[in-house]
Amino acid sequence: MLKIDSPAHLDTWRAELVDATDPERQRIAVCGDTSCRVYGSEKVWSAFTNEISQQGVDCSVDYDVKLTGCHGFCEKGPLVVIRPQGIFYTHVGVKDVPEIVSETVVGGRIIERLLYTDPNSGETIQQEEDVPFYKHQLRLILNLNGILDPSYIEEYITFGGYGSLSQVLFALTPEEVIEKVKMSGLRGRGGAGFPTGLKWELCRNQPGDVKYVICNADEGDPGAYMDRSIMEGNPHRVLEGMIIGGYAIGANHGYVYIRNEYPRAVKHLQRAIDQAEECGFLGENILGSGFDFKVRIKLGSGAFVCGEETALMQSIEGRVGEPRPRPPYPTESGLWGKPTNINNVKSWASVPIIFGKGVELFANIGTENSKGTAIFSVVGNINNTGLVEVPMGISLRELIFDIGGGIPNGKALKAVQIGGPSGGCIPAKHLDVPVDYESLNELGAIMGSGGMVIADEDTCMVDFARYFMAFTQEESCGKCVPCRLGTKAMLATLERICAGDGQPDDVDYLIELGNEIKSSSLCGLGQTAPNPVLSSIRYFRDEYEAHIMDATCPAGVCKGLITYSVIPENCTGCMVCLRNCPTDAISGGKQEIHVIDVEKCTRCGMCRSVCKFDAIKVI
Amino acid sequence: MIHLTIDEKPIEIPEGRTLLDACHEHGIHIPTLCYHHALEPYGACRLCMVEILHPSQPSRLVASCVYPCEEGLIVQTNSAAVQRNRRMTAELLLGSAYNTPEIVALAEELGVKEARFQMPEEDSCVLCGLCVRACDEIVGVRAISLIHRGVSKKVSTPFEVSSSSCIGCRTCELICPTGRFSLNEITAFQGVPQWDSKYTRLYRQVFEDSDLRPYFVQDVSTLREG
Repeated sequence: MLKIDSPAHLDTWRAELVDATDPERQRIAVCGDTSCRVYGSEKVWSAFTNEISQQGVDCSVDYDVKLTGCHGFCEKGPLVVIRPQGIFYTHVGVKDVPEIVSETVVGGRIIERLLYTDPNSGETIQQEEDVPFYKHQLRLILNLNGILDPSYIEEYITFGGYGSLSQVLFALTPEEVIEKVKMSGLRGRGGAGFPTGLKWELCRNQPGDVKYVICNADEGDPGAYMDRSIMEGNPHRVLEGMIIGGYAIGANHGYVYIRNEYPRAVKHLQRAIDQAEECGFLGENILGSGFDFKVRIKLGSGAFVCGEETALMQSIEGRVGEPRPRPPYPTESGLWGKPTNINNVKSWASVPIIFGKGVELFANIGTENSKGTAIFSVVGNINNTGLVEVPMGISLRELIFDIGGGIPNGKALKAVQIGGPSGGCIPAKHLDVPVDYESLNELGAIMGSGGMVIADEDTCMVDFARYFMAFTQEESCGKCVPCRLGTKAMLATLERICAGDGQPDDVDYLIELGNEIKSSSLCGLGQTAPNPVLSSIRYFRDEYEAHIMDATCPAGVCKGLITYSVIPENCTGCMVCLRNCPTDAISGGKQEIHVIDVEKCTRCGMCRSVCKFDAIKVI
Repeated sequence: MIHLTIDEKPIEIPEGRTLLDACHEHGIHIPTLCYHHALEPYGACRLCMVEILHPSQPSRLVASCVYPCEEGLIVQTNSAAVQRNRRMTAELLLGSAYNTPEIVALAEELGVKEARFQMPEEDSCVLCGLCVRACDEIVGVRAISLIHRGVSKKVSTPFEVSSSSCIGCRTCELICPTGRFSLNEITAFQGVPQWDSKYTRLYRQVFEDSDLRPYFVQDVSTLREG
């Protein structure tokens, strides 16, 4: 591969690559991210390749078929976008491929049934950018994810890749780089929101020749996959950010700490590192600037706590992944006792954008104290599950209803859990709150890394909090007492409430215990673990009290508190529930009103979900 | 020298000391469990929490065993917030080690008589990590380690396989604050050198001389029969 030795050389190469790209050439982008792959997108991709070579004789046009990174609209996968027209097809199967090739690619005709249908208007939408899910987003970091093939560095170069690096290395001093990052207002995207430029400066100002930069890619929140998608879809942008960071801080070594459960992200990132080394963007004397920088990947082994920066560094050093007390902070004494700067994948990926698109552009997006864009993986009870990038300060309402398409089956929204197991839930009444660091903190949630779980009216908030508590309890490293035993005590109390054995002072106990765990735990895991419980008590205390005082679960979820019965007026005696009951708890003949035996019933909810006449009630 | 205020008393202390060092030097009692003067501080038991006050920020609790003395710091070692927090930590410990006299006494000292939450099984190992750290920092063999995580965490040899590093010196047993640690139990199946080998006596001498025995053991010879 070509070794690039100067900024001029990079510009020439880019110009050659752009020249070689025919704008009229048909480009078929198949989403190759994990969730689309699960739906069979890899088979769709190879079907396209085969089909085109078969039909090739009759075609007069050239094609590119690419397996790209995540397009974001995971709900509708596998997704296929045909450019330059921008035709957007959803749920594409292998059987649809011949038709797409002959009709759309060759014939230029649209296949109506594969288009996205707006659930509100019922109309089909042809263009990707017109789909409401995309229309309200601002995709700065994810913009190339659905366009370029992450296997080739040339693709990233064509779209301006490593241009920010060459600009930074030759036009700016490290101090100027830091100043610009500070001016951009970028804050840590890992969740805590510490100003990135300030962190870099603290690290740069530490004495010593050896410093490190680390990319924290140990994404572990339930339902969150933003970092994975960035690394799978556009790994070079993360690397470019890290090299710029290394230059600004004065570090020659970088580590990407990535969880072993992300094999494809590891593969793509390693390939990107190899390519960048070959091309001279990594290694010695980068682009002839005299700056050396190397990146290595370190694999995590499945401990959530290793996403905490001090535990992460312990793990890189080969020790047990346990956090250690701060101060000293990593910027003072981090990896192997050297000044170390740790940033999240999204923070690193934002850096080339700041220099590529300009500090002002970045600083003009967002609110006063939160700049740029935020990426959320929106999951749970929502129509448009997927990866969303929005400007900071957008309201939750816009995010959930305009982009997310609202709640399925006409249900009402109950709460939004932001920030994963460290975050809190925000009730529907606060939907107009702007999404930024301070506003979310005030409500008892956190910005977090970007996990967003939507809960509809059928969600029991006690059970919801119990789920997150079970996660943090399981993932507590066990070093400090409040986190190890405190989360266990909280979980046991929640389990007791869900089982119907709650005591009158349990809620007060949870609040008291939660507050003490927060104030005295050693690391961020324990300090935030009670948040889901404390915030759900704050907004849904009545539900907790209903469980404890009235022995009922208002949402009909907690099995220890509910009974299923047949509403005689609605029952037609169709026998569907009777046949589907796994424990034979329902009796009754054809056209006789059915009866549920409470003793045999396991409260699995099967009868309710199969009944077409709303004849099963839960109390 | 660094100047700070602890419990409204102005204090001067050389740089590099922790808040707990400063308290010890000035006769201020702070309860601890995982702290030992011969070992690096660990910050795990969270009993030594003290409150630090900032004129502009809300006050917060820090672990005094690891928090460095900083110029102008205002520290309260026994405020209401500190007491509340220590009591909760002691209550959690009591809920896990409810039959362990040392923990019951510690909880009582802090005014906790009963734990609202009890672990299903009593375990007098409070995971203070003293044994593991002594084995590493004093003996220098790293034969034992903390394995697993959360409530499953326990002291064992790495990967729970026979440790060829253990020299059977029993420093781990001596330093254990609850007397729970039993080398035989942990390494019973591993054939480590026995208590009475010549080799181990040497090490025993080391910890007797440097007074590493836990505070509740008045006479080391009572442990020899082990």
